[in-house]
Amino acid sequence: MSDASFDSKAYEAEAQFGDYFALLKPRVMTLVVFTALVGLLAAPVAVHPFVGFCAILFIAVGGGASGALNMWYDADIDAVMRRTAKRPIPAGKVTRDEALAIGLTLSVFAVVFLGLATNWLAAGLLAFTIFFYVAIYTMWLKRLTPQNIVIGGAAGAFPPMIGWAAATGSISVEAVLMFCLTFMWTPPHFWALALFVRMVYDIATVPMLTVTHGRRSTRVHILVYTILLAGLAIASAFTSIGGPVYLATALVLNALFLKGAWDIYRRDEDDSENDNFKVEKSFFKLSLLYLFAHFGAILIDSALVRFGVLS
Amino acid sequence: MSLRREHELHTRRSGRNLGVGLVLAAFIAIIFGLTVVKVNSDGFQMQSGQVTNGN
Repeated sequence: MSDASFDSKAYEAEAQFGDYFALLKPRVMTLVVFTALVGLLAAPVAVHPFVGFCAILFIAVGGGASGALNMWYDADIDAVMRRTAKRPIPAGKVTRDEALAIGLTLSVFAVVFLGLATNWLAAGLLAFTIFFYVAIYTMWLKRLTPQNIVIGGAAGAFPPMIGWAAATGSISVEAVLMFCLTFMWTPPHFWALALFVRMVYDIATVPMLTVTHGRRSTRVHILVYTILLAGLAIASAFTSIGGPVYLATALVLNALFLKGAWDIYRRDEDDSENDNFKVEKSFFKLSLLYLFAHFGAILIDSALVRFGVLS
Repeated sequence: MSLRREHELHTRRSGRNLGVGLVLAAFIAIIFGLTVVKVNSDGFQMQSGQVTNGN
């Protein structure tokens, strides 16, 4: 075998920096960063800007580390699903051992440095979040129960609570409300996705609700969870995280979200096939706007209070 | 055979090495910045032993 033949093959498969970065699930990280930032900035405690920046960075790194550990464990599932087949491990760019090493190293790094930069309550919450996402969700529930999304969604709901704890050193009702908002939002968000990437979970034998209970049941679940979410989101407007901007945002977006969930409920599979899941896809896109807008509104209201515009 | 100064491996891995280098540089900057902020914060106190040892 010549050097040239060896090198050209190695070059094609060799991981670049971006492949290692992709292990950290940068798109998921944007949600983590934004909600943690809102938790940190909405807290009634002034945080030094650089410490705040570091806190968000370490929370993001911790979230990324759990993503790498998720890819390490789920490499077999990722390889058979079209949506995930191009991830670094199934694509042959990064080995499972590398992903495990990166995930563990960054987990320890993120927890220790968040503790040093802010406080050990925030660091403990970050450590628990990583443990919950990797051990409870990825290793245990994801392959065991169709409620995987519901319980696993808790992992994604922790970042605003960590941000709040990083600023205040405690957990209060505001942090819990932000947690609940993200927690309740996760199931309809992911079940809508599961409806229009239908074959993916069937092949991978992940017990998604669409596979175990059927697509009709999934549509019912989306509607029920959206009604519960809307109640929680609007009621939160009258708590300490609420304000006029939040109330207006919650009223508009929850009306749209409820309508979307109702439309999904009323449809059957033929309708969805005929327009290539147009309603389900638009509901999924709306769900992304929904969460960012709610947290953005919390941030604006807290800024208005801080600058004396609101009492 | 002596290793060429610019081996093909260097070119192939230049992006990766540059990325790692930038991450390490950012890490140093963050630790330095955090240290400055912590030392200048109101709550920062030198331990008494450390102060007297310097005299």
